[in-house]
Amino acid sequence: MKKLSFGKLALPIYAVLAMVFLLTPIAYTIMFSFNDSTRSNTVWEGFTLRHWAQVCNRQDVCDAVTNSIVIGVISTIFATILGTALAIALVRYSFRARSLVSLSLFLPMATPEVVLGAGLAGLFFNAGVGAGMTTIIIAHVMFCLSFVVVTVKARVQTLDPTLEEAGADLYANPRQVFRKITLPLLMPGIISAALLSFALSFDDFIITYFNSGSVTTFPKYIYVAAARGVPAEANVIASAVFMLAIFIVLATQIRGAIKRSKLAKS
Amino acid sequence: MAFAAFGGGAPAKDNSTKRKGGPIVLVLILPGLIYLGLFFMTPLLSLLVTALESPDPSGAIGAYLYDLNFGNFATVVTQYMPQIIRSFGYAFAATVFALAISYPLAYFIGVKLRGSPLIQRLLLTLVIAPFFISFLLRTIAWKQLLSDNSGFVALLHNLHILAPTSYFIGTDAAVIFGLTYNFIPFMTLPLFTNLERLDIRFLEAASDLYANPRKVFRKITLPLSMPGIISGTLLTFIPIAGDYVNASRDFLGSSKTSMIGTMVEADFLQNWNYPSASALSVLLMALILIMVTFYVRRSGTEDLL
Repeated sequence: MKKLSFGKLALPIYAVLAMVFLLTPIAYTIMFSFNDSTRSNTVWEGFTLRHWAQVCNRQDVCDAVTNSIVIGVISTIFATILGTALAIALVRYSFRARSLVSLSLFLPMATPEVVLGAGLAGLFFNAGVGAGMTTIIIAHVMFCLSFVVVTVKARVQTLDPTLEEAGADLYANPRQVFRKITLPLLMPGIISAALLSFALSFDDFIITYFNSGSVTTFPKYIYVAAARGVPAEANVIASAVFMLAIFIVLATQIRGAIKRSKLAKS
Repeated sequence: MAFAAFGGGAPAKDNSTKRKGGPIVLVLILPGLIYLGLFFMTPLLSLLVTALESPDPSGAIGAYLYDLNFGNFATVVTQYMPQIIRSFGYAFAATVFALAISYPLAYFIGVKLRGSPLIQRLLLTLVIAPFFISFLLRTIAWKQLLSDNSGFVALLHNLHILAPTSYFIGTDAAVIFGLTYNFIPFMTLPLFTNLERLDIRFLEAASDLYANPRKVFRKITLPLSMPGIISGTLLTFIPIAGDYVNASRDFLGSSKTSMIGTMVEADFLQNWNYPSASALSVLLMALILIMVTFYVRRSGTEDLL
């Protein structure tokens, strides 16, 4: 009997410990955004809101974040459009190059970042293209594309094709079917793909480092600053982004749960 | 696959009828395919070409001539053997640890919490929470939490696990620890998407037939979750083998923990030794492709995407 009750508790306790392990450095990072430190942010020196109130006192941190946001938004738009088209084609149509397309989408995910970064940097170098914002964006679209396809594909697979057929039966032309039926139904998948793509782009360091030239992104800023100590302002930015992202995810989930319970009632 | 769990909705249930595609397929796939051709395939080929170059006779730094110099590969293998062994050793160890930590967690979330979808969603959100905060800052957080004057190191000293004059940060163990931590979500997600769909009636049938829990796990749960284990190990092993941030001196490593990526970065960005950096990249890619081919043969590309 005793053994049984222990067995029942073991997994939940384990899960809680695993969560604590996963979340400890996050809590640490957020906590140290409130640290009353001046130069290096390694020892706790008391609570302050100073860094939150005046993030852009560190102009270099703010510039880096601005670059990262611009890069993230532009790369996400391109990757989402290209990736959604590919996902629809892969699920909906049979064509001869299917396995070739699948393979060329899988390979970038199976390639280590240093290889992608060095390869692109070599290509730009040989072509005489100077590294900067454009080369970073080109690189980000490339590695985000496959992840967009994977995410949107999962959504296309759950889509009922008879809905589109019904639209066509009611004299909607293919363009109207796509705009009024397919696209709205795919939207949740496309939005999560875009969020994932932005998150990947915003946090990418290795590929960016090889192709950035003199442009500094947020991760590159942290990497370079790590040698002499990262200022608390970087923690402020990271904590703010984290809270915003968690809020978006939770809001989507709660909305989904409410929708489902409404559907279940009716 | 793994990232469907990111919020893409219900697990994939393929109810699509495949239509013969005409010109519409070309419109849908060509832009993406051309993009990958230009900025994924071409760079890989350019790496291969650069890997065969020799120094320019003029002796100018950073100038090279193409001349089928296969010797570059022999040079990097002998010169960087410790880094090659370290990269794959770290990747192997961290993947095994990540699997050992993730499997019970994914099982708990995917199987035990089926009755309470709200808690299930919440825990899943917490598993992916690390994705939303800079992994460089999280790694720096560990560096400070486990630093030389931390309680953790004092404990190791008191328990005589560490000699009084040695510390944790900068060791192989610290790098493996950081790699394991950073890649756990990449292992947990595919395991979860797989275990979420595990039919518990099989487990019940097995125990009805007098299989003990251990046997049920070995004969039913484990074989059924193999696809999840395969994509999880690929998603962790590959990026770990190419990572060099955790092993960097400013993060959890030291000069004694350099990996393949460290050398590629140094050769490419600091020494301008493009042939060496390229040969090393090609070697890393080749070793990983061999591994992936082995896996793909067993599971098929369709499953991986």
